[in-house]
Amino acid sequence: MSGRGQPAAFAPGTPVRVRLDWPETRGPVHIRTPHYLRGKPGTVVRLLGAFPNPEDLAFARPAEDRPLYHVAFAQDALWPDGRRGDRVLVELYEHWLEPAP
Amino acid sequence: MRMDTDTLRAHHDLGGVSKFLCEKVDIEPHALTDFDKEVDALRQILGMKRVVSVDELRRGIEAIPEDEYHRLSYYRRWVRSLTDNLIRKGVVTEAELRAALDRA
Repeated sequence: MSGRGQPAAFAPGTPVRVRLDWPETRGPVHIRTPHYLRGKPGTVVRLLGAFPNPEDLAFARPAEDRPLYHVAFAQDALWPDGRRGDRVLVELYEHWLEPAP
Repeated sequence: MRMDTDTLRAHHDLGGVSKFLCEKVDIEPHALTDFDKEVDALRQILGMKRVVSVDELRRGIEAIPEDEYHRLSYYRRWVRSLTDNLIRKGVVTEAELRAALDRA
């Protein structure tokens, strides 16, 4: 939890979108953002803290602290058979989030 | 949308994959074998000694080719990743590993 990374950019309640990016198609990676969230809209619920970026730790590279959030998604926005009103809560690093358009 | 996601995802990224709507997921607890416990202990020692981190373990598991990945048990994936990591880092060589396996 050192201050090496940037300060948290998103406050609770902020609408965000998960980056529509597929680094796994470009070479060996380790990422913690599940495929079914890419490009999907969600809402920041809370900041969980800042943690060394696992995408670097996985390759034993120096890892900068990155803010980690709980982000909520409407289940029926992820899957056509999702139940309206149910939500999915996922831990996501800030560099996977962008402000909602 | 879903088709794209299913095509582009890495093979280990199984959350929300549509085939599990039709396939029953086994959620019964599994008893740990002696092998499982030994692999877990090895991982803990390598972690404590800062030789292989959990993140490196996971990267190594995700790098196992798809057919092998689905064939291997949970802890066999671990031992496969630990072995790859130790060889990559030069902690053991492939020759040493083969010699040790021949003696076993």
